[in-house]
Amino acid sequence: MNMLKQILKDRLAGVSLFIVAITIAAGAFAPWLAPHDPNHIHMELRYAGPSWDFPLGNDHLGRDVLSRLIFGIRPSVLYVFAALLASVCMGAIVGFIAGYFRGRTDAVLMRVVDAMLSFPGYVLTLALIGMLGVGLENILIAFVLSKWAWFARIIRTSVMQIAETDYIKYSKTIGVGHLSIMARHIVPVSLPDIAVIASSAFGSMVLQISGFSFLGLGIQAPHAEWGMMLNEARTVMFSKPELMLAPGLTIILVVSAINFLSDALQGALDPKLMSSKAKFQARTAVSAARLQGKEVA
Amino acid sequence: MLSVEGVEKFYKKGGLFARDIQHVLKNISFSCGDGECLGIIGESGSGKSTLGRLLLGIEQPARGTIRFDGANVMDRGARSGRISAVFQDYTSSMNPFFRVEEVIKEPLRLRKIGHQAVQDKIDQLLHQVGLNSTYRKKYPHELSGGEAQRVSLARAVATEPKLIVLDEAISSLDGSVQIQVLDLLRSLRQLYNMSYIFITHDIQAAAYLCDSVLIIRDGQIEEMAKIEQLKNVQSAYAKKLLRMIMT
Ligand SMILES: Nc1ncnc2c1ncn2[C@@H]1O[C@H](COP(=O)(O)OP(=O)(O)OP(=O)(O)O)[C@@H](O)[C@H]1O
Ligand SMILES: [Mg+2]
Repeated sequence: MNMLKQILKDRLAGVSLFIVAITIAAGAFAPWLAPHDPNHIHMELRYAGPSWDFPLGNDHLGRDVLSRLIFGIRPSVLYVFAALLASVCMGAIVGFIAGYFRGRTDAVLMRVVDAMLSFPGYVLTLALIGMLGVGLENILIAFVLSKWAWFARIIRTSVMQIAETDYIKYSKTIGVGHLSIMARHIVPVSLPDIAVIASSAFGSMVLQISGFSFLGLGIQAPHAEWGMMLNEARTVMFSKPELMLAPGLTIILVVSAINFLSDALQGALDPKLMSSKAKFQARTAVSAARLQGKEVA
Repeated sequence: MLSVEGVEKFYKKGGLFARDIQHVLKNISFSCGDGECLGIIGESGSGKSTLGRLLLGIEQPARGTIRFDGANVMDRGARSGRISAVFQDYTSSMNPFFRVEEVIKEPLRLRKIGHQAVQDKIDQLLHQVGLNSTYRKKYPHELSGGEAQRVSLARAVATEPKLIVLDEAISSLDGSVQIQVLDLLRSLRQLYNMSYIFITHDIQAAAYLCDSVLIIRDGQIEEMAKIEQLKNVQSAYAKKLLRMIMT
């Protein structure tokens, strides 16, 4: 609750939270919200402009663009979010173990991570699609497999710093067990870091899945996906540019909202940053982390 | 009560396959009795903090044994709440997400006592270290160095331990606050009848608080002396240390 209040104090963050929440809700309740069947073809309405019945117009097969946008939230945002969660969880488990126990465990786990990271992300994804075949599930699997190592490495560094602090030493001294030290200290303290890197990776994953669908490697027709909608509109890019506008703007809007929200999140999770005078500092630190995130993700 | 015998500690320098090994502690043996306050003095890098971590049982010596009331300190159950610690860096001595009351509650969790008893105990402990109940809701970053060290002390004595290891507990505080905390340490020691292992590079502070001091240099014990006999130490190094504070 406190956290929500903190986020809402920042107007930009409040708007971003609103956009993200609306998007997720719209995706979850797509069948009830969408005005039409997204795959229903009206050949007589090809490339029709906006009308009362079809607020965003119709595409090259006369399908309702708005309904397709709403149904596209599922693969473009919700499934990506699930993949993100899975890879963050994998990365967190490996990172926590390696960073907390150190020594040989750490050395072995980090060599595995190094091996995974030595493949460029896009190449690994393409190779996996090549082996498993084209399709949304396979891209999501490839995402999980190629991203967990990156999360593991960052989370390990964060955990290592925390594990060296005096309050962890104190807990060990008085005989608190490893599991409760993890649960009571390490997980909560590293959570803001994890939230920030995860949310910045989220933005780039949404873009990537749209990119892969644009290339025809992701979700297969006739299912709707934002990247694929862009791809379908590409052929009429010059004669009907407005068809690219709807999915394009939606992607930009949602990805920006996620990025702004990730900025605000750290300030809201960390009591030290709650006072407004420390806010500027937080902003710069987060942006630095984000830049780093963009590079690797 | 605490007995240390022939303890050695090595650290690997460099990475996984590095051969270079640093001999940090060499054949350390001493003991500390019930209610005694032992100072450990040495310059930076002499291995004091390393020795402190070994005494607390959070790191394992390469050789030798450290026994606390007859049990190995590495045994978590044997330590449980009976050994405690205060560290130098007050900025990292408490979880930044915990309020003062949660910080003090952590050791109390080990004692299975009821909710109301815990609340009363927190107030009592804060009072004993010279803070009032308004501090309960503060976060660590809202405390001054001296206040933070007081909260650390309240946390350290919460389980009524038999031994507290203080690693440079006053070194990062400024002059007048150092004296206040030293006086607090003296009074708490009388109140709870605890032993202190007081690690410092400040021989004056050690002389103020301790019954005897252990002078350590390059990981070896140079000399052990009672405070009353500090003037007539034998080794050249100890004499040099003393001369530095006389002038
Ligand atoms: N975890 C570690 N890994 C490797 N080397 C270490 C580790 N901890 C300490 N050392 C090394 O052991 C030596 C002694 O360090 P220690 O921290 O015990 O010194 P100290 O006497 O406490 O110094 P100071 O007064 O500055 O706190 C140093 O040379 C240090 O580099
Ligand atoms: Mg030290």
